[in-house]
Amino acid sequence: MQSSAVNNSQVVIDSHQAPEHHGHPDYRMFGVILFLIADSMTFIGFFAAFLIYRAIMPVWPPEGTPELELLIPIINTAVLVTSSFVMHKGQVALKNNDIKGLQLWFGITAAMGLAFLMGQGYEYFHAEFGLKTNLFASCFYVVTGFHGLHVTVGVLLILSVLWRSRTEGHYSSSSHFGVEAAEIYWHFVDVIWLVLFVLVYLL
Amino acid sequence: MTNDQGQINMEHAHQERKWQDYFGFSTDHKVIGIQYLVTAFFFYLVGGALAEIMRTELSTPDPDLVQPEFYNQLMTMHGSIMLFLWIIPAGAAFANYLIPLMIGAEDMAFPRLNAVAFWMIPPGGIFFLSSFFVGTAQAGWTSYPPLSLVSGKWGEEIWILSVLLLGTSSMLGAMNFVTTIFKMRIPDMDIHSMPLFCWAMLATSALILLGTPVLAAALILLSFDLIAGTAFFNPAGGGDPIVYQHMFWFYSHPAVYIMVLPFFGVISEVLPVHARKPIFGYRAIAYSSLAISFLGLIVWAHHMFTSGTPGWLRMFFMATTMIIAVPTGIKVFSWCATLWGGKLNLNSALLFAIGFLSSFLIGGLSGVMVASVPFDIHVHDTYFIVAHFHYVLFGGAVFGLFAGVYHWFPKMSGRMINETWGRIHFILTFVGFNLTFLPMHPLGLQGMNRRVALYDPKFQAVNELITIGSYLLAVSTFPFMINIIWSVWKGQKASRNPWRALTLEWQTASPPIVENFEEEPVLWAGPYDYGIDTESLDGEETVDDMLAEVAGSK
Repeated sequence: MQSSAVNNSQVVIDSHQAPEHHGHPDYRMFGVILFLIADSMTFIGFFAAFLIYRAIMPVWPPEGTPELELLIPIINTAVLVTSSFVMHKGQVALKNNDIKGLQLWFGITAAMGLAFLMGQGYEYFHAEFGLKTNLFASCFYVVTGFHGLHVTVGVLLILSVLWRSRTEGHYSSSSHFGVEAAEIYWHFVDVIWLVLFVLVYLL
Repeated sequence: MTNDQGQINMEHAHQERKWQDYFGFSTDHKVIGIQYLVTAFFFYLVGGALAEIMRTELSTPDPDLVQPEFYNQLMTMHGSIMLFLWIIPAGAAFANYLIPLMIGAEDMAFPRLNAVAFWMIPPGGIFFLSSFFVGTAQAGWTSYPPLSLVSGKWGEEIWILSVLLLGTSSMLGAMNFVTTIFKMRIPDMDIHSMPLFCWAMLATSALILLGTPVLAAALILLSFDLIAGTAFFNPAGGGDPIVYQHMFWFYSHPAVYIMVLPFFGVISEVLPVHARKPIFGYRAIAYSSLAISFLGLIVWAHHMFTSGTPGWLRMFFMATTMIIAVPTGIKVFSWCATLWGGKLNLNSALLFAIGFLSSFLIGGLSGVMVASVPFDIHVHDTYFIVAHFHYVLFGGAVFGLFAGVYHWFPKMSGRMINETWGRIHFILTFVGFNLTFLPMHPLGLQGMNRRVALYDPKFQAVNELITIGSYLLAVSTFPFMINIIWSVWKGQKASRNPWRALTLEWQTASPPIVENFEEEPVLWAGPYDYGIDTESLDGEETVDDMLAEVAGSK
């Protein structure tokens, strides 16, 4: 009996902290997952177009397309995959009410995200083809660019989590939707990159 | 703690609806539902006006009233407006208004997101129309490249951006519907005692979430071709327009179901109430919505039988398309069986619902005809296709929409509609509709091409008939508008439950109070338990007794 009373008061306190939700339970994570399903369909659309081109063009990539440099993309892949684990450590730290740990690991994740974007930028500037060179080049820029846009959004999400975490009590072991949403988004961007890397660079 | 709760309740009790709410960023799902509905009807009139200009032009074989280019613009905008700004938002209107009420919730899961989704529609619509100043897109609502790449750059780009905006709006709406339906039902209501409209919206939302992003991808690539000069879809630069068609139809075929499934749901609500019978085959109707939704994702290339699609692929898509007739047929038979032997009250809502059944049946059957490859090759891009999809989208979606408007008008406005004017509206619409679109079938079979202002003079007589029918359709909107405005103003006050219906939205005041229900509603019957359980054995109240009680209270 005692414990159920405590739970009730917890629920009421939560509802006061989030007045915009009228006190009902938090469904935001469910919404985020629906959004990511929809977002993944955008990528599936691009990937499908890429695969159809690959399948129907007599020569793919079209003649005269220079070989893609693999070194930087491989480093980038390693950075992005590692960053997912780093970020998870931040979330685990928060679950133990360790805000400093959250800030440390999320800070490192943001830095790794920026490193990824810089690597991508370097690759763009040193590529031997432009957006309009041929169909493969156009696909390359649009697909990696759209993914890069997602990485940028992910970095901004992480930075906003860091910004908000400065307020004491904003995130706690029991209330951390923003942290989890940023993390699941980052994992999503990571998985998309792995598919993209295989399709565009390796195949 | 108890005091806090009490105070919160007191504050809620003092909330009153102000008319200004309807013009602002309200997060109340009922306000948003009305906003959607009124906006949609505005664009219905705009799209209808464009259609009337086209029909006037087509009353003579020569393009004499408007320039052929302008005719193409009218045709493009008529299609795009009717789909993206009329039917889809109108479906969202009912979903917004009804889902929380039907499942006993206070509001949608994400009220602010809901308001954001609505407020993308008016700017999207205005942006759409603004393209008339720079030369509107001329490539039809499908915007096939390479045509869309060579017929006016900025008009086409405005078209793309508007569709992206409206698509985003519908995705945000769908996220809300799914979350609300899954997570916010009152505890007594399991998924199989949920009204069928909610099932239909689940199926619709799944299609929106899976389909719309692919259209977005296609339109982003088309934008690159248009603005940046890439050649994804431009054969001149080594691209392939067929890839666009695949991506476009991967969304746009499901979009047909996005447009019609909500109104399947509406019909499933309207028929049992006004026929005073339980719905025939609750689970069959519910699951067939999901089946349509799934099959709808794997039929898209039936729009491309004449695009050089290889034979084996044509066979696959022909088969899947014909299979869709099975779940759709299950629905139609279940609806007919619901009417069969019912105590029909032939009011405006039921008349439109029966009108829906008969017109949608014709549209569905001609759909099976055009699913067949040999037949489709002959009627592709003729008026047979125009007739087919108008029977589905006007005869199906729009008739269902009007049935829903008449059915829920007392709930939405708190006043009864004038039945005489409603019946006049129905007769004018039904006659006008069939006069307009039925003769298009033989026209198409004889080879009259669609999307062209000029045609063979031998078709003139039938075209004149069609134009008269379309004027009748235009006239039919007047009794409707007069009726709505007069009834909102002066109509007889509606009680809580004028139709003696069992779904939860009828258990609250008409119009519902701001927080929907005074207290959490109780499920005392299944959603469609009409006409059964008339004799109570154990001395408890029967469903009919309880209905009479609720119907009496204001």
